[in-house]
Order: sequence, then structure tokens, then C-alpha cells
Amino acid sequence: MAQMVETLEQQHKTDETALITGSEAIAVACKLADVDVITAYPIRPYDTVMQYVSKLVSHGELDCEYIVAEGEHSQFEIVKHASAVGARVFCGSSGVGWMYAMEALTVTPALRIPMVAMVGNRALDDPGAFGVEHNDALTVRDLGWMLVWVDTAQEALDTALIAYRVAEDRRIFLPCAISCDGAFLTHSQALVKIPAQEKVNEFLPRYNRGDLLLHPDNPITVAPQVNEDWVMEIRRQNYAAMERTTAVIKEAYADFERIFGRSYGNPFFEEYMTEDADIVLMGMGTLSIPMKVAIRQMRKEGKKIGFVRLRWFRPFPAEALAKSLGRFKAVGVVDRDYSFGSPYMSGVVTHEVRTALYSAPGPKPPVLCFICGLGGREVTLPDITRMTESVYQAAEGKAQPLTQWIGLRE
Amino acid sequence: MGRLFAVEIIYRGIFQKTLAKNISRGIVLAAHQAGKPGISFGRYSDSPERNGIPAKSFAIVGTDQETLERGMAKYEPKEVDITITVDDTLCKGVESWAWYGLQPVNKLLKQGGTLIVTSRETPEALISMAHRKEYPYQLCIVKGTVSFSGLWVYKDDHSDVRILGTIARILPELFTLDSLKKVIQDEWHDAVKVSSAERAYERFTSTTVRPNQGNPETPYKFDLPKWHEMGEGVAIPSIPTGKQIEDPGTHAMGGYRPDRNPTFKKFSTRTMRPVVDFDTCIKCTLCWLQCPDTCFDVTPDGLYDANMQACCGCGVCEAVCPVPNCVTMINETEFRDNSSQWEAWKKDKSGYKTWLQQKIESRPERSHGFRYRGQYKEQIPEMLEIAREG
Ligand code: SF4
Ligand code: SF4
Repeated sequence: MAQMVETLEQQHKTDETALITGSEAIAVACKLADVDVITAYPIRPYDTVMQYVSKLVSHGELDCEYIVAEGEHSQFEIVKHASAVGARVFCGSSGVGWMYAMEALTVTPALRIPMVAMVGNRALDDPGAFGVEHNDALTVRDLGWMLVWVDTAQEALDTALIAYRVAEDRRIFLPCAISCDGAFLTHSQALVKIPAQEKVNEFLPRYNRGDLLLHPDNPITVAPQVNEDWVMEIRRQNYAAMERTTAVIKEAYADFERIFGRSYGNPFFEEYMTEDADIVLMGMGTLSIPMKVAIRQMRKEGKKIGFVRLRWFRPFPAEALAKSLGRFKAVGVVDRDYSFGSPYMSGVVTHEVRTALYSAPGPKPPVLCFICGLGGREVTLPDITRMTESVYQAAEGKAQPLTQWIGLRE
Repeated sequence: MGRLFAVEIIYRGIFQKTLAKNISRGIVLAAHQAGKPGISFGRYSDSPERNGIPAKSFAIVGTDQETLERGMAKYEPKEVDITITVDDTLCKGVESWAWYGLQPVNKLLKQGGTLIVTSRETPEALISMAHRKEYPYQLCIVKGTVSFSGLWVYKDDHSDVRILGTIARILPELFTLDSLKKVIQDEWHDAVKVSSAERAYERFTSTTVRPNQGNPETPYKFDLPKWHEMGEGVAIPSIPTGKQIEDPGTHAMGGYRPDRNPTFKKFSTRTMRPVVDFDTCIKCTLCWLQCPDTCFDVTPDGLYDANMQACCGCGVCEAVCPVPNCVTMINETEFRDNSSQWEAWKKDKSGYKTWLQQKIESRPERSHGFRYRGQYKEQIPEMLEIAREG
């Protein structure tokens, strides 16, 4: 018995390696974060999380309320209420499932609920494809959700822990959605370091709802009906909370590095081979893998090109990104999304990058938009070469179409 | 530049999902024993996937992280060192979706690569099912009854570890038998599974398949339309209604054959097919009514002919037919074409009778997952025995 206790204690202290998918990594983070209430409703590719969560629950590894709702709207409503009474919560969805929850998604940040959700990014219906597009998660971009994109199962696990830490910080109390590319991340098993429970406990304090706890001992009413006199002030509070996120995210990453011994560098965006780059391509999520492979290849051919992977879309790191991008002669943003009818018909990420640059004090390189990899289509080496060529042309001052569709059957 | 290894596992959706996953996980974990990073992932399928429709799992491993990323950058590998098919009927080809065409089972194999098949057939039989390849490859049979289960379960007949043991022999650069033994022990805590892997490793044999061997047919394929050629609003043309059928003897027109999906032939979606005894059929219409895939053509003489362009091999027709032995499900490995049984019967009734008897007599046991409670318990000892005999 003594020996067994020792082994358990040892397990508590040491990291392990497991072969798990991005979805499973998020479920493991839920276990490590000792989440209290998890709600689920199946939709691919998010459902791989609920499958693994239910496995952890049935194996006795995770002690939580696990509720399968009758649809996504209820799924998100249930955890919203659970969070208001002090429970750490987890939830998630994909594609049109996320859209079905939309009303619940809008009220969650307004009530300052630190919900952590996983979006298994999936093309919106129709045509009912399972592959990745980012429009699903992006629909909440204006509402007070923090949005982060990850590109490996390891980063999914680590970011989920960071998300709890940031969301549940009393200065913030805003929900956070972690986007994982459908199939490429949700369904690929990779070797992931699972941190020791002790380290997680040190990193992640218990959720303390404090003055906002809905409890008989703390008599408050949440979400009373108001008239026109109140709305702007309520919005201004959320604006202030979102303003504070940047600093809190930085703190969390610094602490993560100190406790787990793994560093993500700049929390907001990752730069790859940019030191001496003439031009860069940019994007979010697992696009980084074909991009890095292509860049290594193109570098052998003497092309000085780099890649910037945006992690945090909300808060958008406008100043830091504008400063960094100002170093290059031209920028190509790869959008795994669309925004029909928007300025120059470009994608959502491109608009944000252009806006960030427009008001920045430094140089403003031309920004081209490439709509590519929609619905999970492979982004190939020839695709990336085509984009690179166009960005080089723009760098030389030659006019290029501001939005181009790449990898399309035309 | 490091070396990239890729292995694909072709399996029947739902029934073999866990088996395929066990194999791809085993590969990545065993390679990791020697420090090689890898990933394991599935394609064209998901949960819920579709009963019996061919699906794939892949394991890719690199000697270093950058090399692995070269493999990960692709939607799926464009060439593989080893193709595993855990159901021998898939040797006829893989058609997972409409428009996908029929992909030869050996399509992704590199020159000198190995096709591993779970089967009780001879190498000659399997070679005749697989399409010809322009260069030679190896065929290795892991002798055994094809392992079918349900979505979340796997009939633990050791098919997974026997295949893994075979891989250790074929490609020791990917992982060694010792690495594999350690992984099996860690994952399953089962010494008998370790010995099954060892036995498969020791008993390994393979046959060289030369370019002049195999099915000479050119597999059908389709070109996907361009964006401006497609119907707007996600509208697609419907399948036209059917036509009458010509009697091959009298040339009289009659009956009804519904048109079938022109871009999804379903020739590889089934593991069994029905054969019909037209002499005993009482024309009750039950098979025609109950077939979930509208397979039955109504012939001018009022009989019902299962059209192999539509049959998924579910066995419902056999179950509903009221006449004993009138409809019988037969293992798909027994057939080499998809032609009309009714036409064959019309042309030569006694010849057809002999053919039918042959098929029914050599009818091998085959099932989709569970049929009755306790079936696994009965089957596993028998399957393990076949595995032991090699
Ligand atoms: S097995 Fe019979 S019922 Fe099932 S699809 Fe084929 S013809 Fe139809
Ligand atoms: S169910 Fe049997 S008897 Fe009835 S029509 Fe079909 S084949 Fe003939």
C-alpha cells in the first residue's frame, strides 16, 4: 500500500507522454483543470472531445457533472448558469452547432462568464462538409469572446490551461474559445506531454467568482432587464475587460513558462524564419505545417520568406503585429475564411491586419489576401509558391489583385 | 534530410475502425520507442462513419520532427511504404465517396513496398482481385478470418498485433520487434498478444507481385467539375428515373431498372453479395421492397435481379426472402465481375444453377459485427486458433 501511494504521488509530480488527438488533449486539460461542469452535444469534429471526456468520466479519472444537452443552445446555457454559481465549466461545438448556440454565445460575455469552449473548426453548412474553415468561431469576434487558434495537440492542451487562467482572472471574467482545425488537429494523434498535476495546480488557482457569485449568501440578481439608460455603460465595462486581457495573457504565458518549462515566446503570434525575411505569409491554425515545410523548401532556393502564425485573434495584437509586419516589403494573409461583400472582398484576418497597419505609426507594407484551404482543402506547395510570387510582385510595387482564390478548380 | 515512413490502413467503416486505430497507434508508439516522432490519423471517415464504406487510417513517422512535418503538410500521404488492408475484399479497390472513382488497393504503394492483407485466401486469389501496378510490389498475407466488430469495440482476435509484428519484419527501420513488444505490453498488458506479434514476425512470408499480374481493368474515375460548371445554390442534378429492360432472349422490353448514381458505383462497398435462385423465386416483391439501396431491377418476366451497381451487401434481402435458399449472401471474394445474374440465368439456366450451387456450397461464414448475443465469445477462440496455425 505504501508503495502504491508513493507511485501515485510520483505520478502527480512527473510529466507523461501520450499519443492523443488535439481534441483528446483538450479533454485531458479539462481533467487537469478539474473542471466541474461539462456539457456536450454531438457535432463533428468537436464530438471527439465529448467522447474522450465521457471516457475519462466513466474511467473515474475526471469527477465532473457531464450533461448531454438536447441541442447546442441549451448546452451553452447550462454551463453559463453553472459558471455563474461558481463552477469551472467547459463546453464546445463546431460549425453550425456553434451557430445554433449563437444567442447563448452572445449573452455569455455580457454576463462576464469565464467559460472555456473548444471550437473544432468546421465549414458552415451548406454543403455539410466536415473540413476546416474558420468562419464558425469568427462569428463571435465582436461580442467579447477571447479567441485563440492553436496548431498542435500540445498547444491545444497548454492553451486550454492558459485559457482558464486568463478567463477566470477577476480582472477579465470573459469567455474564451480555443479553435482547433477540424480533422488536421481534432483527428490527428500526436505525442503530447501531459504535465504533472502538481504543476497545473500551481499554475491554475481555483475559480473564484467572488463578488459575482450567484449564491444565497451573496444576494445579487444577474441580467435584469434594462432600458436605454444602461446599455452603453454595460458595453463600456466589457470594453475595459477586453482591454485588460493583453496584460493578463502575457502574465499567464510567463507563469506557464516558469512552471512548465515550455515557452511559446510571444504569446500572440509566432514568427517563423522572419529575421531576415523580405516578405511574409500569415495565417492561423494548422496552416503553419504546410507553410513551414514550403518555406524551408523555398529558402533553399534563396527566397527570403517567413511565416507569421496568429494565435490570439481576440484580443487582436494590433500594435505588436503592425510593428513586426512593418519590417517586411509585403505581406500575404492566408484566410481560411471568407467575408463576402467586405472591403475588397478579402477574408476576415486580412481585414484585421490591414486595419492594424493603417493606424500604426510605422511603415505600411501592401497586404494581399489569399482565400485558400476552405473546407479543409490541402494547401499545397504549388499553392504556396503561387502566393509567394504574387507577394513578391507586390513587394516590387507591381499591382496585384487584393484578393485571390488559391487552390480552386477553375 | 531524414527519412519519412508512411503506412496506410484501409478498413471497413464502423466495423473495423478500432482495429485500424489500434494498428496506426501501435506503429507510432513503437517508432517512438526509438525516438522517432509520428502521428496517426484517419481520413474519409469519422464518427459516425458509414457501415462498411472503405475508410483509411494513416501512420506517418519521421526520423526527425522536420521530416515528419513534410508528411504532415499533406492532406494524406501520396505514397506509402506499406498498405494494410484488414479486409481482403478491399483488394478489389477503394471507393469511399461519389466522384472518388475506384482507387486500386495498391495505388499508393512505393516500388518494392508491401501490401499486407488479412485473409484466408491464397496469394493468387488476392492478386487477381487487385489492379495491376506498373512496378513490382510484395504481397504478405496475415492468415486469419477478417475481424469485424462494432463502432466502439474490437473483437480482440489479435489481428492488430499480428499485423504490427509483420510490419516489424518488413520494415525494421520503422520499428523493431523489441520496441513493438514493449508497446504491446504497455498498451494492452497482455503477454499473449506479445507472443502473437512474435509469431507473426517469425512466420512472415511474402510473394512478389509483378506488373503483368493482377486485374488488367482500368479503374473508373471521374473529373471533378470546376467552380463555374457546378450548379449554384448547392443544387445537383437528380438521378434520372429508370427505364425498361430488354430480355436478352426475346428482346422484349419490360420491367423497370431505376437509373443509378453515375459517379458512385459502390462495387467496393460490400463484403458480401446476394445470389438469387430465379427458379424458386415466388415473385413476392419483399426483397425489392425492403432493400435499403433500391438495388433490385424488376425484370420483364417479373423477377427481381440485385444490381451490383447499387448493392452495399447488407443482407436484408436474404433475411426477408420467404423461400428457403432463394437469396443467399456470398463472400465478395468469390466474384470477379458485377454482371447481371438474371441475364446469366436467362442465357443458360442449367449453367446458372451449377454456378449458383458452387457459390452457395463454398459460402464462407461472414458477418458484420454482432448478429446475436455471445457471438464474439464463440468466434474468438476459433479465430485465435486460425491465427496460431498461421
Ligand atoms: S444485400 Fe440485398 S438488400 Fe442489401 S443492398 Fe444488397 S441487394 Fe439490397
Ligand atoms: S424475396 Fe425472394 S421470393 Fe420474394 S421476390 Fe425476392 S427473391 Fe423472390
